[in-house]
Amino acid sequence: MEDLLEILEELHDDVDYETCTTLIDDKILDSFDIVTIVAEVNNVFDVQIPAEELIPENFNSAKALYALIERLEDE
Amino acid sequence: MYFTSYQFILFLLILFIAYYLVKKKYQWILLLIGSYIFYAFAGIEYLFYFATTTISTYLISQRIKKVKIKQKEYLKINKADLSRQEKKEYKKVMKAKQWHYLLICLLFNFGVLGIVKYTDFMIGNINGILSLFHGEPLSFMNFALPMGISFYTFQSMGYIIDVYRGTCEVEDNIFKLSLFISFFPQVIQGPISRFKDLSQTLYQEHDFDLKAISFGLQRVLWGFFKKLVIADRILVAVNTLIGDPATYDGIFVLVGMIYYAIELYADFTGGIDITIGVAQMFGVHLTENFERPYFSKNIAEYWRRWHITMGTWFKDYIFYPLSVNPRMLKFSNWSRRTFPSGIGKRIPVYVSSFIVWFATGIWHGASWNFIVWGLLNAVVICLSEEMKPFYEWFHQHFHVDGKTSYKIFQIARTFLLMSSLRILDCYRDVPLSFAMFGSMFTKFNFSEIFNGALMNLGLSMIDYIIIIIGVFVMFMVSFMQRKGSIRERIDKKPVIVKFFVYYVLIFAIVLFGAYSIGYDASQFIYNQF
Amino acid sequence: MKKKISIMIISICLIVSTFFLLQNLLTPKYISEVPEGSLIGEYYKEEKYDHNVVFIGDCEVYENFSPITLWQNYGIKSYIRGSAQQLIWQSYYLMEETLQYEKPDVIVFNVLSLKYDEPQNEAYNRLNLDGMKWSKSKWNSIQASMMEEESVIDYIFPLLRYHQRWSELTSEDFEYLFKEKPQLSHNGFLMRVDELGVDTIPEAQPLADYQFSDNCYKYLDKMVELCQDNGVQLVLIKAPSLYPAWYDQWDQQMQDYAKKNHIDYINFLDDIEKIGLDFQHDTYDAGLHLNLSGAEKLSNYFGQYLQDKYHIKDSRQDKEASVRWNKKVKFYNDMKEDQYQELKKYGYLKSYGATEK
Repeated sequence: MEDLLEILEELHDDVDYETCTTLIDDKILDSFDIVTIVAEVNNVFDVQIPAEELIPENFNSAKALYALIERLEDE
Repeated sequence: MYFTSYQFILFLLILFIAYYLVKKKYQWILLLIGSYIFYAFAGIEYLFYFATTTISTYLISQRIKKVKIKQKEYLKINKADLSRQEKKEYKKVMKAKQWHYLLICLLFNFGVLGIVKYTDFMIGNINGILSLFHGEPLSFMNFALPMGISFYTFQSMGYIIDVYRGTCEVEDNIFKLSLFISFFPQVIQGPISRFKDLSQTLYQEHDFDLKAISFGLQRVLWGFFKKLVIADRILVAVNTLIGDPATYDGIFVLVGMIYYAIELYADFTGGIDITIGVAQMFGVHLTENFERPYFSKNIAEYWRRWHITMGTWFKDYIFYPLSVNPRMLKFSNWSRRTFPSGIGKRIPVYVSSFIVWFATGIWHGASWNFIVWGLLNAVVICLSEEMKPFYEWFHQHFHVDGKTSYKIFQIARTFLLMSSLRILDCYRDVPLSFAMFGSMFTKFNFSEIFNGALMNLGLSMIDYIIIIIGVFVMFMVSFMQRKGSIRERIDKKPVIVKFFVYYVLIFAIVLFGAYSIGYDASQFIYNQF
Repeated sequence: MKKKISIMIISICLIVSTFFLLQNLLTPKYISEVPEGSLIGEYYKEEKYDHNVVFIGDCEVYENFSPITLWQNYGIKSYIRGSAQQLIWQSYYLMEETLQYEKPDVIVFNVLSLKYDEPQNEAYNRLNLDGMKWSKSKWNSIQASMMEEESVIDYIFPLLRYHQRWSELTSEDFEYLFKEKPQLSHNGFLMRVDELGVDTIPEAQPLADYQFSDNCYKYLDKMVELCQDNGVQLVLIKAPSLYPAWYDQWDQQMQDYAKKNHIDYINFLDDIEKIGLDFQHDTYDAGLHLNLSGAEKLSNYFGQYLQDKYHIKDSRQDKEASVRWNKKVKFYNDMKEDQYQELKKYGYLKSYGATEK
């Protein structure tokens, strides 16, 4: 989780990722950010997030995103 | 059948009455029949294309479904016997199977789209090359372009990809699927719906809900107002300006840009208002396609707010898959190592962007001007991404961020930028577009528009007054929308206010709409008979 | 619920009545401007439909024949159902409609319009069709007349056609919003007393093909048949307007057609001297149309012909008819007087659709 927060904070340092649950709905993250996150996650966690998982539910909060990574690691 | 034709109004009236008279479980069948009738008006022969897309999508979706079921059952039965690795292997094989089916469907349908839409464009380019070598030019195929083919192809391919991804239900009834692909309000110009969203209300049984119907009707009227009172009226001047670039250069290019921005917005969003309003009258909820795009503060934001469903389609089905596929990720790793300064991170995204914008351009039309237009959009988006640090420095240094005046500046800048790009859409010719854009700076003469030239564009003083009032109303409506639905607010007002809204809208359209054959007294000048 | 429904009904009524109010306001009144637009509709104001002769055709009937002269000199009761650039199918359907109202002894049709095979001009269509009352004939006439860009709903609701006229409204439009329009014609005759003599006549250009189209002949055949079925004598005429040109080849076709169908065809162009027309004084637009003096001469000549050949009854002894027609004669004389006054005052017929010279 720490690693993930680091990735996110590098993108926008003015967002409180621990509490924010509307990262997509409030247009804080745009499609460029999302693609960057996917690349970073691939780098750090060695997990490939497939295109079909790039949906708001998975990216609205750091928690959801972490859950996604864990799920993908599991598979 | 154009939305603004008498035919369409009559068609709508009949379908509407029938819709709420038949048994509710047959309502969706009526919509399907209506959609096919609507489509047949454009040309019976086009139904063939339509049916092909529907049938191929249906068959493939069923195949994919079968594979998915088989996989599920196999895993269930052999749950205990298989190791994790074996399961993974099995899934991979099954996924590949589905992928093959998907690929057939995509190749077939995009192939059809490509052939009818782009053959002549390709032939034109080949001829251009041939002429360099004095070759014999090929003759054009002149395929008739089926109405809305770009839209329904995208919608059905979006569906099949979702099926493959497992993000939406598979529709087992081919007629229901057919309705999803053909639903008449959206078949001409979108919005491009997702099955997951549209299927929620499309097949439902709908009660005669007066509130929903009157909301729909209000929206339809508003769409007619935008299209007939504003767009079709100013169109005359737009055509004059674009039709004679030799006369109308310099400042007139700027005038044309602004007029075209108004025309395009009023026409396109008006059409979408009619689409969504009509759907609402039938109890069907469609996704919004615009979110006050001209209030955007930068071009990326603009593209999130203009023709939203198209942008989402390109994002979900092209940009993301392109950006996150393993090869691109490898490229990304390489690029990071090679250019460690940060730009290395962004290069892969930019590459995807250019590909997506190339596709977006060519989707808009089979010609170079649209391709250049698409690529220029990518250039602007990537440039502004690169300039982010500069902007941040600028904002901090001058303390302008969040100030209204600066916001207005940003909005105006974005508006002008987008309007400039649209020049390519106007003149439909790349060198001419650049020449006209250049003439704005070389031949700019402000006084030219005050010598009465604006009155020679086919618009009289009265036309201008109507347009100005119309645009003002449009602006105010957009402005008020920021605080939520206007129709909800009207709904809470007394009956007399509601009536007044209808009354004013209806007669504004009837009196000030640019429809039918314009009355022109000069036609009656008694000449010979 | 009841309240909701009644509110809705009231709202719809308000919207519908506003629609028709606007329609009345915005539809052209055709009084001081383009008065020929009123001609077709004035027929319905007739007190009694007992005409001996009905003229049907384009401006070459309503500008060139004077029913009042026919009455004064021969006691012939006649009416002109003419309109600007009336096309042959429009004439046919007008004939059909007229026969629903009355059975005259003779119907006179001016053949110039055979030269037009297809709809010509939306504006003239409106002049011909808007005035007609709704009937099957009108419907068919619209269907036959529509240009490509027209649609029938514009005829059903003229507001859709004239909705842009709000920028050109005049006091006349408000004055006759509810009020009945004034009488403009004399049994379909549009009076003009001014003169503009013939200077030069534009030379007739040779045509590639002089054959009238099958479509026109079809309607002419239908006219012949319709008149036969109703026991009405059909008389074909070509009025003595100097141009547009009436080619010899056309004349020959009409002669042949008349012979074959045993009907009369009179080309008044051959009789200009016998009629006594003087194209220096008897036309108001240099030979296109006759003025009052010319129309009276032509009517006098044709009245004699009608009396000799068709023995049309002289109704001047009929008391009831005389009372009716004397009113018409008075209106005729008053207008004549007024036009001369106006000509003297302004130099042109300001309130009779003329333009300043």
